[in-house]
Amino acid sequence: MPKLGADMTVGTVVAWTRQPGEFVRRGDIVAQVDTDKGVIDIEVFATGVLEQILVLPGQTVPVGTPLATIRETGAPEERVPGAWAGPPPAEAGVAPQAPQAPPPPLPPPASAFGAGAVARAGHQPAASMAQPEPPGGMPVSAQGPPAAPARLRISPSARELARALGVDPAAVQGTGRGGAITREDIQRAAAQRAGALGRPRAEEAAAAGQPSAGAPATQQPAPGPSQAGPAQVAPPQLPPPQVAPPQAGPPQAGAPPTAAESPLAAAPMARGVQLPAEERAARMRQSIAAAMSRSKREIPHYYLGTTIDLHRAVTWLAAENERRTVTQRLLYGALLIKATALALRDFPELNGFYMDGRYKPNEAIHVGVAVSLRLGGLIAPALHHTDRLDLSTLMERLRGLVQRVRGGSLRGSELADPTITVTSLGEQGVELVLPVIYPPQVAIVGFGKVVERAWAVEGQVVVRPTITATLAADHRVSDGHRGALFLAAIDRLLQQPESL
Amino acid sequence: MPTTMTYREAVRAALAEALRSDERVLLMGEDVGRYGGAFACSRGLLEEFGPERVRDTPLSEATFVGAGIGAALGGMRPIVEIMTCNFALLALDQIVNHAAIMRHMSGGQFSVPLVIRMASGGGRRVAAQHSNSFEGWFARLPGVTVLAPATVQDARTMLRGALREPDPVLIFEHILLYPVQGEVDEQADTDIRRAAVRRPGRDVSLITYGGSLPKTLAAAEQLAAEGIEAEVIDLRCLRPLDTELFLDSVRRTHRAVVVDEAWYTGSLAAEISALIMERAFYDLDAPVARVCSAEVPLPYAGHLEDAALPQAAAIERTVKEMMAGHG
Repeated sequence: MPKLGADMTVGTVVAWTRQPGEFVRRGDIVAQVDTDKGVIDIEVFATGVLEQILVLPGQTVPVGTPLATIRETGAPEERVPGAWAGPPPAEAGVAPQAPQAPPPPLPPPASAFGAGAVARAGHQPAASMAQPEPPGGMPVSAQGPPAAPARLRISPSARELARALGVDPAAVQGTGRGGAITREDIQRAAAQRAGALGRPRAEEAAAAGQPSAGAPATQQPAPGPSQAGPAQVAPPQLPPPQVAPPQAGPPQAGAPPTAAESPLAAAPMARGVQLPAEERAARMRQSIAAAMSRSKREIPHYYLGTTIDLHRAVTWLAAENERRTVTQRLLYGALLIKATALALRDFPELNGFYMDGRYKPNEAIHVGVAVSLRLGGLIAPALHHTDRLDLSTLMERLRGLVQRVRGGSLRGSELADPTITVTSLGEQGVELVLPVIYPPQVAIVGFGKVVERAWAVEGQVVVRPTITATLAADHRVSDGHRGALFLAAIDRLLQQPESL
Repeated sequence: MPTTMTYREAVRAALAEALRSDERVLLMGEDVGRYGGAFACSRGLLEEFGPERVRDTPLSEATFVGAGIGAALGGMRPIVEIMTCNFALLALDQIVNHAAIMRHMSGGQFSVPLVIRMASGGGRRVAAQHSNSFEGWFARLPGVTVLAPATVQDARTMLRGALREPDPVLIFEHILLYPVQGEVDEQADTDIRRAAVRRPGRDVSLITYGGSLPKTLAAAEQLAAEGIEAEVIDLRCLRPLDTELFLDSVRRTHRAVVVDEAWYTGSLAAEISALIMERAFYDLDAPVARVCSAEVPLPYAGHLEDAALPQAAAIERTVKEMMAGHG
């Protein structure tokens, strides 16, 4: 279950769009997952054969739980056993991967899936032989029904160190390339075990409690607890104001017959397992509340604003749109986003993430565009590499993004990747926006409505279309001086609309 | 007492010292006499030592390397200059089939105390036929010693060590190093078989030699500004390799990047990577990485040539990728 946002702790599988035994390529959409922000398409991060599905439609599991196993073909390079790359690396430290996390809600008894899994397992001896069981035991990701054994991805030096320190590497989450366990991970695990008692974290709990090589078989579904129902997915040990424990019960109870009998075939119609609209809206509210409270609690915001003459931009846009068909026309919002993205190139301190007490600028510029939802709430998914999109492409992507936000088919990467957010409330009629940063981002740019103002130009008062741009930025990372230069850069870029 | 000079002047001073201190030493090659050497490394030597000992040769590498071998067999201490290593291919048979194996083929009766100097490497916009780095090829030959002085100090003093060897020594001087200035201690005795730590560090070992050393040091400086302390190792001697020195370093840092201007495939960098894998595997915290030249004939156009050669930015990027998650 990938982490699709800083505040996501659990997700519900809505449907599998690919079947076990099918060949999948990196980037393919294999499943849909319901989060507080709507239904997200899940891309796969490995190429190979989808071997086993571990989480059935309707099940809610914590972030970091393996959803399926993929047997990779050939490629020794980017080998990610267990297939799901899990949370994006930036968030890796938070993802609860403890093997003894409560088992996910179980499939309805004797489902067709169970039989399928057994049948498939019969086909696997070759794969199993090719991957002898490593001395360090099963990987941490082995959970649920026994999966094909995967080698532990750990550096030779880290393996030696783990032996010396008595750390079970199978219980350590890797932060190296491709999720490899490094010396630093082992050292951290050892330090956590030795030190911080009383402040349990997933890794530590795992390191302390999980005997090596115990992971796989013990998690065999035991029918008992599953009947106990919804409460078993305890919210992982995370700070309080996170999303409430998932209500795994009702949807499961409501959906079953079809989903249970043929959960995989039911893919396209599986919308039935989604939460009712009001419930979704409430959960999104909670999620926004958590993120915004964290932002105001942790981030020392500073705010700057400037009013920009849009005369050139509007004039150019009108002429440009004359030449375009209706469907190809540009909205001025596209100019604002592009100008923001281009300006960011010179301001790495505004484009990145503040995590674990330090700032990491992001090389790529992925502007998140705040899109409000009809039922309330909002999402700010990324326009990837915004600064490199020409205006036509940017406009096209923007339209697509808004449609998909409202239609509920965003991609996971679009939710997880934004490096800064742009919010425009001009259409709602306000002139000034004082936005709140979406953590772990460190800046957000607001645009108000385009207002005709009396404007002094070369000693004359003329009427000009103007817009007020604001910046809220994280004072831990940047200062007002740089923020001001940034807004000035946006202004300058908007004075040359033809070069955007 | 240290004095400042260029790499070019250091080579010249070393040659002059050799000619002055041992009458068996002679210098020969294309344009080394009246022209003063293609890279001006022998300017003034003809005037000082005369045409018997500073000899211009015909444009035939096979001939004058062969003559050098003969002179060495006859008791002289010849220093042969091949203008660039690209032209050494014309003398490959003399070097590989004669100089390198004479001791073996004669059952130990003859040795060939011959020093061959040549310029190597790219970056001077002189296109594919004049920009190669072939030192890795020669470093495969049993029977020779291969040196790559990367500092002005080494340019000044390594020749002294080379002339003491009883068997052939090949010296590769990177063409971009000639104008480099540095401090020299004339009296320093240089053990030619030892690698050197040019910059200590704890996070990653950058292993390089010759013309890539300045780039690697520049990358290390950049990385230091971001909190990554890279150890920079100058191999100095490419055959035999001072294996223990870089293995020791890798055992401390647990990570290694090899920087080698030669082409990636089958490079000296590959050899070093294999040695680390064989002998320090259990100390590694990440796969060994290599920064080498693109597998193309080196382009003439400046921007393309720069893109094909290993640059400081690529070294920096490689290290950062390796360190990802450990900043």
